[in-house]
Amino acid sequence: MSRQKPSLPPALRPADFRPALPGRHWANWALPLALVLALGLFPLLTGKDVHRETMFTLLRAVVMAVSLNIILGYTGYVSFGHVVFFGLGGYVGFYLVAVQGRTLWEALLAGGLAAGLLAWLIGIGILRLRGAYFALVTIGVNEAVKAFIQNFDPFGGPLGLTMNFSVYQAYGGPRTMLQMTYYILVVLAALAVLLSYAVRTSKFGLGLLAIREDEDAAEVMGVVTPMAKTWAFVLSAILPGVVGALFFFRNGSIEPHEAFPLHLSIEAIVMVMLGGQGTVWGPVLGAAGYQAMRAFLLTNRYLKNIQLTVSGALLLLIVLFIPAGLIGWLRRRFPASRRVLL
Amino acid sequence: MALEWTSILSFLIDGLMLGFVFGVAAMGLTLIWGVMDVINLAHGPLIALAMFGVYLLMAALGLGNPYPALLVITLLALPVGMGIYYVAVHRVINAPHLSSLLATYSVNMMLMGVMNAVFGGAPRNIDFSLGSVTLFGDIVIPVARLVAALAAVLIAGALYFFLYRTRLGRYIRAVTDNRDAAELVGVPSTTILALSFGLGVLLAAFAGGLIATIFPFTIFDGGRYELKSFVIGVLGGLGNPIGSLFGGLVLGVIEGLVPMFLETSWTPVIEFALFVLILLVRPTGLFGGKS
Repeated sequence: MSRQKPSLPPALRPADFRPALPGRHWANWALPLALVLALGLFPLLTGKDVHRETMFTLLRAVVMAVSLNIILGYTGYVSFGHVVFFGLGGYVGFYLVAVQGRTLWEALLAGGLAAGLLAWLIGIGILRLRGAYFALVTIGVNEAVKAFIQNFDPFGGPLGLTMNFSVYQAYGGPRTMLQMTYYILVVLAALAVLLSYAVRTSKFGLGLLAIREDEDAAEVMGVVTPMAKTWAFVLSAILPGVVGALFFFRNGSIEPHEAFPLHLSIEAIVMVMLGGQGTVWGPVLGAAGYQAMRAFLLTNRYLKNIQLTVSGALLLLIVLFIPAGLIGWLRRRFPASRRVLL
Repeated sequence: MALEWTSILSFLIDGLMLGFVFGVAAMGLTLIWGVMDVINLAHGPLIALAMFGVYLLMAALGLGNPYPALLVITLLALPVGMGIYYVAVHRVINAPHLSSLLATYSVNMMLMGVMNAVFGGAPRNIDFSLGSVTLFGDIVIPVARLVAALAAVLIAGALYFFLYRTRLGRYIRAVTDNRDAAELVGVPSTTILALSFGLGVLLAAFAGGLIATIFPFTIFDGGRYELKSFVIGVLGGLGNPIGSLFGGLVLGVIEGLVPMFLETSWTPVIEFALFVLILLVRPTGLFGGKS
């Protein structure tokens, strides 16, 4: 489909305001997917467990950032409580395996469902709020759920739950279990990228982008905004729930402070911002870049003590000077890249 | 009867005194929100920084009580806050909320990183005692808490006087109501915005210093008081600094009374559920906020 150039002279044309095109192009899903798979299969080549564990953390970050991008980047709602889905999925899955003796597969399914259900229930209510009020209420929801679980005896209260290691025998022992859960995560990360592309290039996704630009106008144009927002929220919640169930199954224990750390939510936002919010590539690159930078800072002799300060300074520079992130900047700087750089 | 009147009363008085102090912390947050629609996510680390500032200054000067140090730290907080505004907030003041949230959060990260490297995570305690007074025979009130509550009320009064009885205060209220119009009639809006941010940080620092005279603290405690400030700010109406004082009292009553009926660990559940509920049902808060 060829696009007519607007007739305004370039000086009068705001660089980042242009009609959102569906952006369907094989490169827009195949390349990010290839990157995720390459990162995921890299430990297979080296065969070192330490690489696999590093990549596990990185791919978890990819899933968190890519899924957050659906509500944050596409829909324009700033959620500071994304980790609540990870934590809740983790608790539900862990409870099923460790207390009820169910299988990992049932736990993953239940974790995703629980997270999706929570998103649906609270989404109906809180997505009516706009701007900073929504951001505040997501912090409140995360803290409320955390405080509730600290008092919820079936989930072990403040001490949490631990797994009996004999559970892992059914999955070929702890070593094989670590391998297997890693590959499940690779598949989940790949799914997240495909989901992100599918949403971004669908009519539904176009509705979300319209909500982001101007919610009232979107409603007038026929987007059923409460419905669209709620489903975007649910879609962004499911995969973190599944990954939560997977992560804590692998971890062997779960406790409230580990399951709902506010900083994990904020790191996910930083990743989305780094790469470029509202794009398919952005969160993937942002997550990989952020984790690489963190690893570098943490292992650097001089910087490791003030790792957080350096990250913060970097975040501030990005927010102040390149708010569109890497992909947004590239798209603006090299307009020709827009077709294949979504 | 299991619940003695005097014990209810002493819980209540204790909750109310703390409520005033937490209310001042929330005033700092909500003043900034009201004037410039920015939620200051560096609020918690700034509170913690003030706690350590008072602690260190008192030790350095060899003082017997923390109040002179508190005064110095509070006054220092104003230029610090204005500096943060010029460096981190000014460029994103008209950008979407995400930008200002992240900009202030980046300040949070930088402060936490520095404090973690310099002070570490060990708890500190300001070592002084003013004794306690006894009311009605069996209600014991530590004098330090009484002083903190009185100081909180005093600074709230001072803020009210400043906002409603001085020229600068009128400028701040003008910028709150309509920044463009204020600029048209000659209000230097950038300076006023910076001053408001500085005042917000000053209030946070004052509250932090007061809390440090009551409770032991670590660098991570700022986050707790930041969350409390959110709850109070929403209760009292975001953007309504005086409402925050009342929001603080409501929170104080909840914190004072809940432990009598439920385990203390349920208090945050009730607080955050209330927080979410009020945002949903009445986002302008119980006492009316900025629409």
